[in-house]
Amino acid sequence: MSTGTGTGGVRDARIHDIGYRHYEGRRLGRSYARRSLITHSLRGAYGLGRSARHKVLPFGLFGITAIPAIVMVAVAITTGLDELPIEYTSYALFMQPILGLYIALAAPQMVSLDLRFKTIPLYFSRPVERNDYVAAKFAALSLALFLFVSVPLLIAYAGGLLGKLGFAEQTSGFARGLVAAAVFAVLHAAIALLVASLTPRRGFGVAAVIATLTVPYFAVTAVQVVASEQGSPGAVEWLGLFSPGTLLDGIQAAFLGGVSEFPDELEPSGAAAACYPLVAAGLVVLCSYLLTRRYRKAGL
Amino acid sequence: MIYNSTVARLTYRALLGRRRALMLLALPVLLLVIAVVIRALGGADDRAATEILGGFALASMVPLIGVIAGTGAIAPEIDDGSIVYLLSKPISRRTIITTKLLVAISVTIAFTTTPILLAGMILNDNSQQIGSAYTVAAGVASVAYSAVFLLLGTVSRNAVVFGLVYALVWEALFGSLVPGARTLSIQQWSLALAERVAADGADITSDVALPTALILLTAATVLGTWYAGRRLRVLKVAGDE
Repeated sequence: MSTGTGTGGVRDARIHDIGYRHYEGRRLGRSYARRSLITHSLRGAYGLGRSARHKVLPFGLFGITAIPAIVMVAVAITTGLDELPIEYTSYALFMQPILGLYIALAAPQMVSLDLRFKTIPLYFSRPVERNDYVAAKFAALSLALFLFVSVPLLIAYAGGLLGKLGFAEQTSGFARGLVAAAVFAVLHAAIALLVASLTPRRGFGVAAVIATLTVPYFAVTAVQVVASEQGSPGAVEWLGLFSPGTLLDGIQAAFLGGVSEFPDELEPSGAAAACYPLVAAGLVVLCSYLLTRRYRKAGL
Repeated sequence: MIYNSTVARLTYRALLGRRRALMLLALPVLLLVIAVVIRALGGADDRAATEILGGFALASMVPLIGVIAGTGAIAPEIDDGSIVYLLSKPISRRTIITTKLLVAISVTIAFTTTPILLAGMILNDNSQQIGSAYTVAAGVASVAYSAVFLLLGTVSRNAVVFGLVYALVWEALFGSLVPGARTLSIQQWSLALAERVAADGADITSDVALPTALILLTAATVLGTWYAGRRLRVLKVAGDE
C-alpha cells in the first residue's frame, strides 16, 4: 500500500550532482600510517606539536640529564684527567631518577590520552591494525628514551675527543654506552607502556609507572645490602634480577665492561650473569605480549 | 569547623575505591614479604632491620603512599572539574581542605605505620626499638607528606609528577649529593625523631637536630594546609587539556 507522499516522491525523484568527488590520489597504505603514528608519538613524547606548557617538563628533564655530561667534559679538560669521571655505560644508571620521571611522563601521555578520549576506534578505522598500533607506540617510546640517553653521551663523546682523551678508548666506551642505552630504552619502554596502557587517567598512570620502576629497585638494593652484610655475595647477583634498574646494572657490569653499583662493586658471573640478558629479553617479550593482548579489547 | 563527614566519605571512596586501594596495599605487602624472607634466610639482625626499614620503607614506601593519598584526595576532582559541585555547597573551603587533609593523613598512616611496625617485629623482634622508631617516624612523616602533597594537588595539574620529583629527586638524589639538601627533607626530619626513640646502639642518624626537625615538621604541615585552603578559595575551574 502506498501513501500520497510516497507516490509524490517517486514522481519527483532525481539524482542531483552536489559535487562530491572521489579520492583519486595514491593510497598510502598501512606502512605509511604506521610510520606517521611513530613520528606523531615520538614528537608527542617531547611535547613537539603541542602547546609550550607541554614542552617544559620533557625539555627541562632533558636539560638536567645533559648538564652532568657537559660538566664532566669541562672538569676532565680543565683538570687534565685522562678519562671521564662517569663511564659511558653507567650514565643511564647515574641519571636514573630523572630518566624514571621522564618515562613516567612520556608513557602515559603516549597511550592514556587515546584511551581517555576514546580515539582508539578512530585509529582502527584506518588501515592500521592493533599490532601496528602497539608496535608503533613501543618503537616511538623506545626511540624517545634512546635519544634522551644517547644525546648526552654524544656530548660527552664529542667533548672527550676535543679534549684528546684517546680516540680508541673513547670510541669503544661510547659504543658500549650506546648499547647500554639501547637496552635501557627497550626494557623500560616495554614495562612503562604496559603499565600506562592499563589506566586511562594520566595522573594515575604517572604514579603507577614510577612505582613499578622504583619500588622494586629500592627493595632489591636494600635486600642486596643486607645479603652482602650477612656474608652471602652469591645472593647479591641473583637478587639483581628482580628490578629493571639492577638488571641493567648487572648487564653493563658483566658484558659491557662497566662498574656495578652493587655492594662492593660486585660483578655478576657464571650462571647468574647469563641470566641477566635472558631475564631482560624475557621481560620485554612478556610485556609486549601482554600489551598486544590488552589492545585486543581496549577502547571498544 | 574542621571536619565534614560527607566530604570525608566521598574522599575515602575516591582514595580507596577501585584499583587505588590495591596499589596502596601492594607496597606494604612487599615490605612484609621482604621482612619474612630476610628473617627466614638470615635470622634476626638489627642492621638488616635498619637497612630495610630506613632504606626501603621510610625512603620509598612512605613518600609514594603519601603522594598517592595526598594528591589523590583532591587533584582528580580539580582535574575533571567535579570539584565545582563540592565548592557550590555551603561548606567553607577551609573545611573542605582540612577534611581532605585528615582523610589523606589517616590513609597514609594506616598504610605505612602498621606494616612498618609488623615488619620491625618480624625482622628483629623490635630489638633496640628499631621497629617502633621507624613507626613513629613514618607517622609524623605521613602528616607532613599529606599536607605538602595536598597543597601540590591544589597548585598544579602535574601534582603527581612534582610530588615524585620532590620524593625521588630531591630527597634521594640531591640528598645523597648535596648535604645541604638533606636539612630540607621530610625524611630527615622524621629520622630525627626515630633517632631519639631508638636505643643508642641502633644505627639511625639524622642530619637535623630534634627541636629543629619538630619545628620544621609543624611549619610545613600548618603552612601547607593554610596555603592549600587559600588556593582553593581563589580556584578557577577552567577545562583545558
